[in-house]
Amino acid sequence: MTETSSFTAEGGHGAVPTSCEVEVDEGGHAGAQPLWEVFVRSRRGLSHTHAGSLHAPDAHMALRNARDVYTRRQEGVSIWVVPAAAVVASSPDEKDAFFDPAGDKAYRHPTFYDVPEGLTHL
Amino acid sequence: MSATSATPVTAVDADVAAYALRLGDDALVLGQRLGEWAAKSPQLEEDVALLNLALDHLGVARSLLSYVGTIDGTGRSEDDIAFLRDEPAFTNALLMELEGGDFGRTTARQLLVASYQLPLWQALASSTDPEIAGVAGKAVKEVAYHLDHARSWVVRLGDGTAESHRRVQTGLDEVWPYAAELFERDALVDRLVARGVAADPALLEPAWRATVEDVLAEATLTVPETSWRPTGGRTGAHTTGFGYLLAELQHLHRSHPGASW
Repeated sequence: MTETSSFTAEGGHGAVPTSCEVEVDEGGHAGAQPLWEVFVRSRRGLSHTHAGSLHAPDAHMALRNARDVYTRRQEGVSIWVVPAAAVVASSPDEKDAFFDPAGDKAYRHPTFYDVPEGLTHL
Repeated sequence: MSATSATPVTAVDADVAAYALRLGDDALVLGQRLGEWAAKSPQLEEDVALLNLALDHLGVARSLLSYVGTIDGTGRSEDDIAFLRDEPAFTNALLMELEGGDFGRTTARQLLVASYQLPLWQALASSTDPEIAGVAGKAVKEVAYHLDHARSWVVRLGDGTAESHRRVQTGLDEVWPYAAELFERDALVDRLVARGVAADPALLEPAWRATVEDVLAEATLTVPETSWRPTGGRTGAHTTGFGYLLAELQHLHRSHPGASW
C-alpha cells in the first residue's frame, strides 16, 4: 500500500495502522504484522459485534487467530475479520460537529406514543 | 456405555486398558509439550492457539486415563495414572515427548501428529469399545482444527522467508524419523484390530502420508528420507528429555499429595 496518511481510529485499541504489508527485517523475521478487527456473531439472529482486534500475517490466519482468541468459550457461531486499515473512523476533532447536534433532539426517540398492552418484541 | 453389552461395564479388560493408555499417554504428553509454549509463543494470538490445542489433548487424556482406571482392575483415578507413574510405565509414542524446539519444529511435529490423529480418531469413532468411540467422536472435530492450524503454519513457514523455511525444514528433519513408531503393530494391536477396538495402523499410514506429502509440497518443503526408525515408547523406553517433562508434570502432585483447587 502507498497510503501515507496516518489517521487513527477511536476504537478500543487505539491507533489503526495504514499498511497491510508484513514488515520483514534483514534477518527475515516478520516484525509488526497487520492488525485485524474481529466481529463475532454470538448466535443466529443477532448481528456481528466488534469483539476486539489482533495481529495476523493474512486473512486466513486472522480468522483462525480470531477463532482461538475470541470464541474459545463458545462466544460465537460466526466470525468476520476486517483489515483494521480498511476501517475509516470518525475523527475526535469532529466530535462536536458529528455528535453534539443530536443531544437536544429528544423528539427523535420513539417515546411519544403509548405502546398497546400485551405487545411484545418491540 | 451401552447397557446391552454382553460384558459388564466394570469388567477388567487388560488389552483395552493398555490400548486406551497408549492413546491417553499420547494426548497427555503432547499436551504437556504444547503447554510449555505458554507465554513463549511468537505472538500472543499463537500463544492462545497453542494452549487451546494443549487443552484439547488434555481433555482427551483425562477421559481415557479415567477409563483406564475403571477397566484395568486397579481402580486408579486419572490423577493417579498421570502423576504417580514413573517413566517406564508411560506408553506414549516418542514423537509426542520430543522437545518442542523452536516454533518451526513444534509446527512440523504438529503436522505429523494431526495428520495421524485425524484418520485415527475417525476410525476409532466406530470402535466396538463404546468408551473409546465416544472419546474419538469428540476428538475428531478437535483434531480437524489441529490439522488445519498445522497446515496453515507449515505452509506459511515453508513458503515464507528463507529463515522460516530453514527452520521448519530443520525441525521436520529432526522429528520425521519418530513418526514411523505411530504405525507399528504388536500383538496387542493385532488382537484389538481383530476385535474391532483398535484402528488398523496399515490403514492409517497411507492416509497420513498423503496428507503430509500434500502439505509439504504446498509448503515447498522436502520430504525427509531416512531409514532410522527410533522406537520404544510403547514399551516404556523413552528419550532423555522425557524425565524432565515428567518432573515438571508430576512434581506438584507428588510434593502435595491429594492437593486440589
